Amino acid sequence: MIKLALPKGRLLRKTASLLQKADWRLDEYHSDMGFYRPCSEKYTDVRIRVFHEKDIPIQIATGNYELGICCLDWIEELMAKHPRSGLVKVKDLMYGDGCLYIASALPMSGNAHRYSPVRIVGEYPNLAEAYALRNRFSRFSIFPLWGAAEVYPPENADMVLLSARSEDELAQAGMVPLSCELEFSAYLIANRDSLESKKLDKVINSLIEVLPEARDIKLAVKAGPDKVPLRASSSAGSRKDLVRLALPDGHQQPPTIEFLNKAGIRLDDYPSAMNNRRPEINIDGVLVKVIRPQDMPLQVANGNFDLAITGRDWLTEHLCQFPSSPVRELLDLQFSRVRLVAVVSRELAVEDTGGLSRYLSGNGSSLRVASEYVNLADRYARENHLGHYRIIPTWGATEAFLPDDADLLIENTETGRTIARHNLKIIDTLFVSTACLIGNKAVTYRSAKGKRIKSLVERMRQVVGDN
Amino acid sequence: MKPQRCKGMRDLLPAEMAVFRLIMGICRQCFLKWGYQEVRTPVIEYLHLFTSAGTLTPAMLGKVYSFLDWDGWSGERVVLRPDGTIPVARLYTENMEKQGLARLFYSANTFMFEEEGGRPRERWQSGAELIGSESGAADLELIALSLEILEKLGVEDVELRLSHAGIIKILVDKLGLNAGEVSESLAEIDRDSPLYEEILKPLLDLEGKSSGFLKKRRALLLESMPDIAICLDDFLQALELLDSLGFPYRVDIVSGAGFEYYTGMIFQLYQNGEKIGGGGRYDALITSMGGGNIPACGFALYCDRLLKLVKPDLLRSPESPAILVRPRQGSKESIKAAYGLAASLRGVGYIVEIDLGGRRKKKYRWVIKIRGKEALEVRDNTRSIKYEFASSADFLKLLEADSDD
Repeated sequence: MIKLALPKGRLLRKTASLLQKADWRLDEYHSDMGFYRPCSEKYTDVRIRVFHEKDIPIQIATGNYELGICCLDWIEELMAKHPRSGLVKVKDLMYGDGCLYIASALPMSGNAHRYSPVRIVGEYPNLAEAYALRNRFSRFSIFPLWGAAEVYPPENADMVLLSARSEDELAQAGMVPLSCELEFSAYLIANRDSLESKKLDKVINSLIEVLPEARDIKLAVKAGPDKVPLRASSSAGSRKDLVRLALPDGHQQPPTIEFLNKAGIRLDDYPSAMNNRRPEINIDGVLVKVIRPQDMPLQVANGNFDLAITGRDWLTEHLCQFPSSPVRELLDLQFSRVRLVAVVSRELAVEDTGGLSRYLSGNGSSLRVASEYVNLADRYARENHLGHYRIIPTWGATEAFLPDDADLLIENTETGRTIARHNLKIIDTLFVSTACLIGNKAVTYRSAKGKRIKSLVERMRQVVGDN
Repeated sequence: MKPQRCKGMRDLLPAEMAVFRLIMGICRQCFLKWGYQEVRTPVIEYLHLFTSAGTLTPAMLGKVYSFLDWDGWSGERVVLRPDGTIPVARLYTENMEKQGLARLFYSANTFMFEEEGGRPRERWQSGAELIGSESGAADLELIALSLEILEKLGVEDVELRLSHAGIIKILVDKLGLNAGEVSESLAEIDRDSPLYEEILKPLLDLEGKSSGFLKKRRALLLESMPDIAICLDDFLQALELLDSLGFPYRVDIVSGAGFEYYTGMIFQLYQNGEKIGGGGRYDALITSMGGGNIPACGFALYCDRLLKLVKPDLLRSPESPAILVRPRQGSKESIKAAYGLAASLRGVGYIVEIDLGGRRKKKYRWVIKIRGKEALEVRDNTRSIKYEFASSADFLKLLEADSDD
């Protein structure tokens, strides 16, 4: 049995076509619609699992999976922190090209940034730290992000480490590249021990044989007609008394706009069909950016944003990591209701957390807890005395980790249907999460900006009827 | 499964700990006698203390234990101290700058990740910092002090290797090397290249030579590297001072690479090919952390490596023989009497344990059974004699007579 990890998302289509060319005859690996365990008609001894691409390097490095496909950027992000992990790059697969850039919204002069604290944001915190150390920044803060890095500078970050297909693409997002840190493409990767001891050759060769002889000439990325220039005028963004409001992207958008409309707040392009992350708002002195709800509490804690609409799940996750953070829930907005739950396989003869704890003490092995909420999961395991446990951070599709790649999940669920569909069961509910307005407790309402924040909060309070 | 300590971490068992304390004790005695005052800095410091240019190299920073503290939402990282000198320089800058010259010493553990589990990730060092003097006499004092400690510890065949950070820097610039891995990059330089012939070879030729040899070579070296003059003369001066005091040394220019904060002479102590300590001058460090323009130098001895070198015969056996006191089980009165007797025996300097069972009685010099309110039955394990005493006062008389023997 050989275990192979395949990516969801950006590499799915081209990876599927590579496997098709290699005559793997997969029954399902065509869309992101939650099919996580495709089977090959030809290679029946290969067990395939579909992961979020970012989760694949760690699965290979730890030897949980023998082979995987993902882009070099995530491989290097892992290797930056764990240079001698068990991960080996086997072959450049010559698709999924891109480049990791250090960029800013404004051209930066010379070495000026080296002597003042510099805020670097991005989805690659390890590479960002390595960059800062290599360039001898004496003071810097790295803010890890779940996404939407390009919208942060210049107001909310000085530099950003982000992937793009070309400098043109960066320019369209209003970014000035400072350096190209890494050119990447998809790679076939393997666990070192497996590569040395196991017969991976057949599988590896089946993929390598169908690769083109040489790389295609890179396509010059055309200016996408449906891209809008996203750059805000820097004079507007730097106004000190501007209230910076963060709104969620993704599936939170429809209920959020519905709620804001009830409060008499109008936005001109939200949700945006063209991925505009800077919608205009009908209130003077308020700057709106659309970012990931996961990233909001940390940003509000640091004063990069004054107000944000996120979920209580992400606020609680943040406060678990930083108990003295100044971020507070200002209003419960009462929509987007989900439960945070502890989930195990239905096969496991355990009905509640106490039962899990007893099961573990009898069993003696360590517990693998997979979650997108790393700090919540850690607190849950700690407070319930789950003994020797390990947290596996995931970037989505967590339910597919059970039962092979984890023993317990900390997940959110709206209806419980996805959990049931994956043959899992809920053994505990941690708390109920709804959308909430968050702010910084350190803000005083006396300044002009403070008054503006207060009036925004009051408008929203009237909708939820909380006095 | 038995519990295990973390990879790369070390336990010190009682016998090792006794040697460890001995080393720390001798270091402490010597430091105090030379007028150094002890300080202690916290295990956790801000990472930025170590990231400024001229502190630690990026390669070393890639191995520190850094993390976000519970209040680290600003992204400001903290670190388990990877080095002993920088925190003491920070302590001086923060608290003592007004006092001018300071002689400080410390014993501290430092943390640095090592990939192979066999190499220690936590290390102990005992070090001294002489802050506020730019004189070559200060460098000399540290060398003399470090050698004195090693002699007191009974470490033999100590080799003193000398280098100069200024010369290394010029070399790095000239050859376009990676400052972090000088010795590795030097090894890779093509032996046939003109750079090697002109610059590196004359310097490498100095290895193992005396100040006299260096003096003769001065003109030749200045020809290919005119900007080396200041550093070279500084280095020469230090060597001559050492000559005058009769300290044997060997010049080894490339040996001093690694710590970026050194600016002047670097000295390293080796025993049988293993580095057991070292130090040097770091005149720019305090300025770089926002303090005044204050020159300084310092050194540290690596206690983990010394553990293997210190001869056990330096370890004196406990000053007093051990005594075991055995109350009658279940008798409150007897336990009370045992505690009273133990306290008075400890008061006159004996090591006394109350019997809890489980240890071999032969291990103690004296084993005392509490018989009644006062009466004692005493066994002298050395002479294999049993005594009966009506009161503890009689036993104390015996002890007194015994210690007079």
